[in-house]
Amino acid sequence: MRALAELTRVELKLFSREPLNVVLVFALPVVWLVVLAGVFGNTPNPKYYRGAGPATYYVSAYIGLVLATTGLITLPAHLAGYRDRGVLRRFRASSMPAWSVLGSQVAVGLVVSVIAAIEVTLLSRFAFGAGLAVSWPGVVVAFVICALAFTAVGVFLGAILPTARAAQGVGILLWFVLLMLGGAGPPPEVLTGALHVAQNLTPLWHVTLALQDPWLGRGWNWPEMGIAAAMLVVCGGLGLRLLRWE
Amino acid sequence: MTAAITVRGLCKRYGSVRAVDGVSFDVSTGEIFGILGPNGSGKTTTLECLQGLRHRDGGDITVLGLDPLRETEQLRRRIGSQLQESALPEHLRVGEALRLFAAATPGARAWEDLMQEWGLAEKRDASFASLSGGQRQRLFVALALVSDPEVVFLDEMTTGLDPEARHVAWDLVERIRGRGTTVVLVTHFMDEAERLCDRIGVLVRGRLVDIDTPAGVVARHGGSVRASFTSGDADLAWLSRVDHVASVARRDGRIHVDGDAHMITHLGSALLQHDLDPTDLRVVQPSLEDAYLRLVRSDEEAGHARAG
Repeated sequence: MRALAELTRVELKLFSREPLNVVLVFALPVVWLVVLAGVFGNTPNPKYYRGAGPATYYVSAYIGLVLATTGLITLPAHLAGYRDRGVLRRFRASSMPAWSVLGSQVAVGLVVSVIAAIEVTLLSRFAFGAGLAVSWPGVVVAFVICALAFTAVGVFLGAILPTARAAQGVGILLWFVLLMLGGAGPPPEVLTGALHVAQNLTPLWHVTLALQDPWLGRGWNWPEMGIAAAMLVVCGGLGLRLLRWE
Repeated sequence: MTAAITVRGLCKRYGSVRAVDGVSFDVSTGEIFGILGPNGSGKTTTLECLQGLRHRDGGDITVLGLDPLRETEQLRRRIGSQLQESALPEHLRVGEALRLFAAATPGARAWEDLMQEWGLAEKRDASFASLSGGQRQRLFVALALVSDPEVVFLDEMTTGLDPEARHVAWDLVERIRGRGTTVVLVTHFMDEAERLCDRIGVLVRGRLVDIDTPAGVVARHGGSVRASFTSGDADLAWLSRVDHVASVARRDGRIHVDGDAHMITHLGSALLQHDLDPTDLRVVQPSLEDAYLRLVRSDEEAGHARAG
């Protein structure tokens, strides 16, 4: 336990010292939110944004985006870099338990996501009058499941991509696709035909729905949480199987 | 002296390549044991098998009475490791690294003392990326020692260091031994092996071709001691009758005398008896490098002969 606590403490510091992490997780959602909520305001239109006010709609979408950012970019690049640079080998040669190395990554992912989610919520509430969650328990449960699901995606990508640079490149590419199609981009109603199909294949869209439904007061979305749980099991299982220490 | 490490018939294959092929040796407690050999001769693989970082295909290994494969966790707590080609996160600071590795080991030493002892205190808040090669090596060795290990493994600790930093590193290794810790080191540098190691093993293509003190290896494989001087005397036939002299030749206006390690004193005495006192007497002792190169080449030739 002491190793896990110390490693998590150190990893949080390392996260904050990497400018790309800070920009992507803490600054970018704010910039997008300011632009989108500034342009579209928060007046509901039944035809767009699932009938919610745009700012209210985007809060949960951006919380989902933060989870995707840690899972697609920061965690895989960190893990692949650790393996590539021999850090994992060094951990293994000392008595650092393997589970504490992975556990610290999960803990860091959760902590930074919670901070970013609070940041996004408060900013959209006070700057743009966005609505707060209708069902907090539903949002919290969906948040935990979805955060763990994207952490599992991160472990999987970190296991199969050889270097930090490769992981960053692949991660940013996937992240842009998810950004545009996963709910944080255009309102879902304008995505028709092939784009609609692509949206439904996007993991982030399901995560967004799982977070958004309790947020907007539409109850717990069990099917979407089930999809997130499936991501967690499949990617987590594959990631743990494929993860090499060197 | 008790054996800290025993290795019997160690084998490790990568595909069809026998990286380590029946290696056996012992390392005594408190000893500095060096593993020498050309690139790809199985040095690092041997070291990794000893630490349980790699599965062996055959043979028995005991380190501190433990099997590195079956009792990996117990062993890891009692050994320290400085690995080749293994870095730390760039933004990790010196103090944080020591504190982190200390937290990983129950019963670790006070990392602040270690930081002081290894001259890293003024670098406490420096990031790993900003450290010089010598400072990094000092940090790696300090990290290897944070668990207060009984055996330390050092893999090419001084590769890439400037001469001054290498000498500092050597002093550090002697300090490790001074604490009673057994040291196993892999090196490419003959001066390093000669200065530090109580005994060395030479690995060539996965096999241990000799194991002894550095002086013993030199005596066995270094070739002859060579002396040369100028002399106007025409008749020097008596020289070849001096004890321990193997051959006498006249080249480039100098007399060249080859023989074994005892030749020099006998030669000197004989020269004085013949009223010769050359002021330009040059003596070349075979070095560990000579012995090493001969060992490697003769094994390669034997390999070619076998292959042919």
